[in-house]
Amino acid sequence: MALSREQMAQRVAREMQDGFYVNLGIGIPTLVANYIPEGMEVMLQSENGLLGMGAFPRVGEADADMINAGKQTVTARTGASIFSSAESFAMIRGGHIDLTVLGAFEVDVHGNIASWMIPGKLVKGMGGAMDLVAGAENIIVTMTHASKDGESKLLSRCSLPLTGAGCIKRVLTDLAYLEIDNGAFILKERAPGVSVEEIIRKTAGKLIVPDHVPEMQFA
Amino acid sequence: MAGFDKRVSSYEEALAGLKDGMTVISGGFGLCGIPENLINEIKRQGIRDLTVVSNNCGVDGFGLGVLLEDRQISKVIASYVGENALFEKQLLSGEIEVELTPQGTLAEKMRAGGAGIPAFFTATGVGTPVADGKETREFKGRAYLMEESITGDFAIVKGWKADHFGNVIYRHTAQNFNPLAATAGKITVVEVEEIVEPGELDPTQIHTPGIYVDRIICGTFEKRIEQLTERS
Repeated sequence: MALSREQMAQRVAREMQDGFYVNLGIGIPTLVANYIPEGMEVMLQSENGLLGMGAFPRVGEADADMINAGKQTVTARTGASIFSSAESFAMIRGGHIDLTVLGAFEVDVHGNIASWMIPGKLVKGMGGAMDLVAGAENIIVTMTHASKDGESKLLSRCSLPLTGAGCIKRVLTDLAYLEIDNGAFILKERAPGVSVEEIIRKTAGKLIVPDHVPEMQFA
Repeated sequence: MAGFDKRVSSYEEALAGLKDGMTVISGGFGLCGIPENLINEIKRQGIRDLTVVSNNCGVDGFGLGVLLEDRQISKVIASYVGENALFEKQLLSGEIEVELTPQGTLAEKMRAGGAGIPAFFTATGVGTPVADGKETREFKGRAYLMEESITGDFAIVKGWKADHFGNVIYRHTAQNFNPLAATAGKITVVEVEEIVEPGELDPTQIHTPGIYVDRIICGTFEKRIEQLTERS
């Protein structure tokens, strides 16, 4: 079975470490906040200028001046700080964020990522994604392994205009967890019940399959 | 205007000198911390052919979106322009030009513009369409793009509280691009929720020092929420 969105978030959350500053993109990455392991303290950064994003507000307590980068009303946790967009991207560009999780349309064996523009379709903009991928050392991309038509999104070379070049080292799809090194995807884990053969079939870029590929475990 | 008293009494006065073809830098992120009333005054005055620099371009019928209704904007420099059907229509028909700019680069363009720095190098956008036509240079083994800074004829800013000296503080994440925009306007106009007595703002807590601000006006704000999200 392919992973659900929640399971993908759960798997990514295992990459958290106590004391991490983390930026979560829109979509599946946002769900990761729900699975931060008990007893671990993590500070979430939102690129509109908030470090220490808290829960959504209680009913009736939303404040128009308190939003996240997805424009959702949020709260600030104890220990939070709020600052300008220039300060926010200084943190991001300066490499101060410990982990960035974001979605993509395509990634390739060279660590390139395409996530913002499909030629011929209306382009809405890259927002902060280009800054995030350029600034972070530690990035996890979350995406489905293949399109609805079965077209692989893990390629030899991205076909869409790039968001960043040579910056992605780790990808979690609904089928597998992979690392990118030396011009190839390395299959590290597979979703429960998903065969190595299916992953090979749905990976267009060069894939290295170790002798043993453990199955992800979910409680 | 006497000494450092930068208060003006009408929105007409706040935007005096704004003319067709000018560049306006606006603070705000989505609909959060946008200078609602200054935008509405630009609409009322019917000023046209504007270049607008802002992270986003409002939504249909609110924020900078209202300036699209009478086609007052000819060019937008922004990082994200979704959530706006009229904008999409004018973009597809070629009535409006858009220069999509990475969010951090846009913030730094404003900051640098206000700080007298004509250009800077950033790794953001290297190897992407953003790099087209721009100089790249290697520093310590990594490629960086040269990005030019931005200044505006006017900057329009939304603050929380100000004193008549033009010292401004922002509230929560309504800060966003506002303090950067404030530095980058030849004429910077700040509208706030409250103008307080001199000495009431703690000097150590000022976000925008009054030197950047030319005009201050007190307004009332709708503060529309784009994505109301509450705990279930």
